[in-house]
Amino acid sequence: MSMSRREFARLLGMAGVAGMLPLQGRAADTSSSDPYDVPNFGNVRLLHMTDCHAQLLPVYFREPNVNLGLAGASGRAPHLVGDRLLQHFGIAPGSLEAHAFTCLNYTDAAQQYGKVGGFAHLKTLADRLRDSFGREKTLLLDGGDTWQGSGTAYKTRGMDMVKACNALGVDIMTGHWEFTYNQAEILHNIEAFQGEFLAQNVFITEDALFSTDTDYLHDDFSGRVFKPYTIRDLGGARVAIIGQAFPRTKIANPARFIPDWSFDIHDSRLQEIVDQVRAEERVDAVIVLSHNGMDVDLAMAGRVTGVDLILGGHTHDGMPAPTVVKNGGGQTLVFNAGSNGKFLGTLDLDIRDGKIRDYRYRLLPVFSELIPADAAMQAMIDDIRSPHLSWLNEELALAGDLMFRRGNFNGTFDQVICDALREVGDAQISLSPGFRWGTTVLEGQMITMERVLDQTCLTYPETYIREMKGSELKLIMEDVADNLFNPEPYLQSGGDMVRVGGFDYVCEPGRGMGERISEMTLDSGERIEADKTYKVTGWATVGTRSPGPAIWDVVAEYLRDQKEVHVDRLNTPILKGVTNNAGLTDYQGEIVG
Amino acid sequence: MSMSRRVLIKAVATGGALLGLGALLPRLAMAAWAREAFESNEQGAALNALYGGETPEISAQVILDAPDIAENGAVVPVSVSTDMAHVESISIFIESNPAPLAAQFVIPEGTAADVSTRVRMGKTTNVTAVVKADGKLYSATKEVKVTIGGCGG
Repeated sequence: MSMSRREFARLLGMAGVAGMLPLQGRAADTSSSDPYDVPNFGNVRLLHMTDCHAQLLPVYFREPNVNLGLAGASGRAPHLVGDRLLQHFGIAPGSLEAHAFTCLNYTDAAQQYGKVGGFAHLKTLADRLRDSFGREKTLLLDGGDTWQGSGTAYKTRGMDMVKACNALGVDIMTGHWEFTYNQAEILHNIEAFQGEFLAQNVFITEDALFSTDTDYLHDDFSGRVFKPYTIRDLGGARVAIIGQAFPRTKIANPARFIPDWSFDIHDSRLQEIVDQVRAEERVDAVIVLSHNGMDVDLAMAGRVTGVDLILGGHTHDGMPAPTVVKNGGGQTLVFNAGSNGKFLGTLDLDIRDGKIRDYRYRLLPVFSELIPADAAMQAMIDDIRSPHLSWLNEELALAGDLMFRRGNFNGTFDQVICDALREVGDAQISLSPGFRWGTTVLEGQMITMERVLDQTCLTYPETYIREMKGSELKLIMEDVADNLFNPEPYLQSGGDMVRVGGFDYVCEPGRGMGERISEMTLDSGERIEADKTYKVTGWATVGTRSPGPAIWDVVAEYLRDQKEVHVDRLNTPILKGVTNNAGLTDYQGEIVG
Repeated sequence: MSMSRRVLIKAVATGGALLGLGALLPRLAMAAWAREAFESNEQGAALNALYGGETPEISAQVILDAPDIAENGAVVPVSVSTDMAHVESISIFIESNPAPLAAQFVIPEGTAADVSTRVRMGKTTNVTAVVKADGKLYSATKEVKVTIGGCGG
């Protein structure tokens, strides 16, 4: 049971006295016991949200206990979990912020502090931060993955979120899952969006230039589909904001929805824009609003010069402070603002004479019980949801365990999805994508259809059941592992490892392509053989549309058959070669040397 | 904007087609010996067949542009350019393909050495551009990753 607002405030006061909030350089002054009382600093305030995945209402969201960093990324942000994250950022164990940024003591703390996020609460907080600083010198930036992830976003093809973002007052955004609707729908959504949608790295394909109507292009000559950057005058400073959409959209998601557009990192083209705005537009600061993912942002910050700040998302890393990257032109600060509406980054900048002189940053956790809901936003959300309530609210089964997804390998909710696929499809093996979105259900709570949709709601939900050779299965596992663990960030795709049901394996993330996965063994104990054929089921195919029912209907069918759902066996791999990795705590499986 | 992108592209395409034709004609004349290079199933042998025994020197002046990860392995855009003098030809090799030599462009004297094409590749492999300039061979190599995709977060 959650506490009343009064109790909560009292607890916060105590926590404030006890030094709950991080004491580190350039963290905003936290002498007040109200965590949302952010003192003004400098002349420009940027509010940054990212990857809310269409969560209009408050949710529970558990941070990962497995977020491995390898090679150069080992022991560094964002690959820190649990105590290692607290130590790195100087956060007091047991504090409210420790709960916000880590998975430690999750269930007890979640019961105590309640849900996070929700657009009505975000609206109240954003308005407070804008009003206290001055609306004319504050911007709200959204890193994308905003228009997908819920039942209502699915039913309205993202338009419910466009309306909510307009009401929230998002000034500028870029995208990734926004591109999982059809081209015409995406353009329609962007037209309805009252802010600016920026992406310097999305181009029309040559084929499309010849064969289709391309009047919608931002720039006929460069072939850019969207406006690449915008320039704003804020608090006496001139600031350029460049959009960087997810560069692997056509690989990680179905290319068939967006046949005419091509994505990549395009850091040389980014460099051209940076050089151009600095030379011709006389800007005082250059900011990239990025959906690269934090590892790619860190690498890009080392290659591209002249960028002051990268406000990033995609990898859902709630980082309490930025990482400073030195490069040939000075330095770039790289931020990442978590996911699911759980955080609102608040960055105050002192920008003078062509330079960012200093800054103060807080990644504010949005605890919904501490921030009153904005009435108008709440009414809009209720209105959006009302036609779909009987679908969303169907009670399917009680959660017999804590149900979550986030982490490099199977979460408990993934296991339920994998178990459901196998049971309903009568298959030996199931595969489920390692998305980083998906909310958390506490033990003993009801799993409604809405919670299942949180984990599964995308525009290509169809399932498949097919025969697959052991060698083919191994190839898929290796391919996904390489997209996650390749030491070169530009060769990663940003998802977590594919979730599996019906078999276990050994994973050695530090090895090369084709060598990370071994000892794939069915639950029966029988070793999976390369030449043998297995019955495999899965969902979210990016190539062609699969023939089976939507994944949420499969999971719902499985859950309806039981009063209470438990995870009896978590098919998480035996990990090799990652002992003492700072991105690993309380691992549910075995770790060997 | 004085000229629409499409009109410009079409103009370039027409010019490009003429250039392509120019580049192709000598190939026909040389077909007798180039066939061995194009049909070879091994990159070293293809290189040998095309240029003789010389090993190309790796050069930063050979600008090879290809994606880190292919969006579609069936049509991977590859561009090669160089500002070296007296460029005679540019060839492109896809190491793991059944026939690694994907293209050879013959560059007439006085022509900008800047070519683009699209190549097919079934799996992650090295792409190598070889430039012949002033009788010598220079190269640049880049690995292009081909992935089954999916599972994006």
